Amino acid sequence: MFTPTLAALDLSLIEQLVYMASAFYFVAGLKKLTKVKTARAGNRMASIAMLTAVLMTVYLVAVKGEVHASGMDAIRASLPWMIGGLVVGGGIGVFLAKKVEMTEMPELVAFFNGMGGASSLFVALATVVAFGSGAVPIGPDETLSVFKGADISISIGLSILIGSVTLTGSLIAYAKLSGKMWKNRFGPVGSQGLNILLAVLAIGCVVYGGFIATGGMSMTVFLALTAIALFLGVGLVVPIGGADMPVVISLLNSYSGIAAAMTGFILHNNLLIVAGMLVGAAGLILTQIMCKAMNRSLAAVLFAKFGEEDGGKDDSDYVGVTSTSAEELAPLLEAAEKVIIVPGYGLAVAQAQHKCRELGDLLGKEGIDVSYGIHPVAGRMPGHMNVLLAEADVDYDKLYDLDQINGEFKNADVVIVIGANDVCNPEAYDNPQSPIAGMPVLDVWDAQTVIVIKRSLSAGYAGIKNPLFERDNCLMFFGDAKKALEDMVTEFKDL
Amino acid sequence: MNMNFFLAAAEADASGTLPFYLIGLWILILASFTGLEIISKVPPTLHTPLMSGANAISGITLVGALYCVFSDVGVSAQVLGFCAIVLATVNVVGGFMVTDRMLAMFGTKKKGGK
Repeated sequence: MFTPTLAALDLSLIEQLVYMASAFYFVAGLKKLTKVKTARAGNRMASIAMLTAVLMTVYLVAVKGEVHASGMDAIRASLPWMIGGLVVGGGIGVFLAKKVEMTEMPELVAFFNGMGGASSLFVALATVVAFGSGAVPIGPDETLSVFKGADISISIGLSILIGSVTLTGSLIAYAKLSGKMWKNRFGPVGSQGLNILLAVLAIGCVVYGGFIATGGMSMTVFLALTAIALFLGVGLVVPIGGADMPVVISLLNSYSGIAAAMTGFILHNNLLIVAGMLVGAAGLILTQIMCKAMNRSLAAVLFAKFGEEDGGKDDSDYVGVTSTSAEELAPLLEAAEKVIIVPGYGLAVAQAQHKCRELGDLLGKEGIDVSYGIHPVAGRMPGHMNVLLAEADVDYDKLYDLDQINGEFKNADVVIVIGANDVCNPEAYDNPQSPIAGMPVLDVWDAQTVIVIKRSLSAGYAGIKNPLFERDNCLMFFGDAKKALEDMVTEFKDL
Repeated sequence: MNMNFFLAAAEADASGTLPFYLIGLWILILASFTGLEIISKVPPTLHTPLMSGANAISGITLVGALYCVFSDVGVSAQVLGFCAIVLATVNVVGGFMVTDRMLAMFGTKKKGGK
């Protein structure tokens, strides 16, 4: 008899121990990932844990025939599907991981996350189809949804719901991050009313499919649930402003873990539950850390329409802006004793991290004290700037986070803001009506002079005006970050 | 919690073993706390790599996908299972490689610095 639900329980001691070792390595690997020194080893550990788990599973399903007993021929026939899937997926993964630029990392993580969610969705659907097709006798006349099987059908429902929301939510986040989509609404999609309606319908489907629907009915219910949840994922992420995308990705990352854990309940596999919930919990904590950094509650991120109304501000709103050039800046920098560089997304877009390091080194050689002030949400993900500057070989010890650097600005002669906007917007303190009110920002205006390298006066990710640009001690250097830094390096060398 | 405990005891008595979903819930709760505790202190530098690495781990659903291509459940289930394997493998392989790529940059930097 076909009993996929007992798969993990029927393992021999050694097979159990292999799965257990894999779970242990996941935990240890994740732990090591939180320390700079051990992070790379931790990532390797986790990937070895994954490889172990996959090889063990392939052995169990295709060689030992653990999940069913319909003859060894049928069992072996599944092997090509597995190998094929692993090879195709692995190939795509390798290609994307090698090809993508460091600056596009956040989008890529969002995309990968969506794939994980989709996989959980498909696992759940495959189980439904397998049960529904009648090929899987649970018992004579027994259906999936008799209360006895409710633990499984509820798990299926939750896996479908969370997996679908993760899939479409991540894809929308991906589109927003890569600048392919800025809209905050598609007709009624994204409005709170519709979201609530969809959520209620989805939960209704989970309950109905879990406890009430029987046989063919449960298939219909689960398919309806899939459609509803896919829409819900779109609706939940579409209205969220671009500035909040890091939080959203982190939350969706947590979801994809929970979805995986739910498939563990369907297939009765402990390892899926352990690894899935590890990520589920870890993602939640990371989300919280990020919200704290922006001084926003998770609810405010998810339900407030951030930066939608003020998006129309354009150059004409600014008065008294002073623009400058590389020639003017070189002597200014030479006279400085302390320079703080504040990088933002503009640095990433322009791939200017190497030029930035070059300028920093050049100033350092002249005896100027150069440090970097990193806002926790600068760029599109927390730590985005750290990754970029590390790529360009900037010394760790020169990177300071918000709390460490904020007191230093008043001692700085020059602050160079490279393609950052919202993270140094005084509106956060001065204007309680501002969408970013209360968000901790870098107090760059305390410095003697602030140089802002920016392509134009257009609004940042939050879609709001930045009065910093109008201040007397602020000089605007318009242009692409890489080109601008290059010019500054050249002019500085010519002095 | 208490009720579950008694329920579990009762069911265990009837069938001789604890039902899986109860074992699973115990595991779920403990794994959640493990995840929460592990992540509590992380330098901002590692936020992106950590998110990426955790994301790769969530591709563990690949193990579930591998259970779904058994050959006697009909072609549609098998195709769904196959798609699940492909998607999860993209997540796993891509995720770990990208994380390694990011972390490698920290590594080379250290050697250069010292």
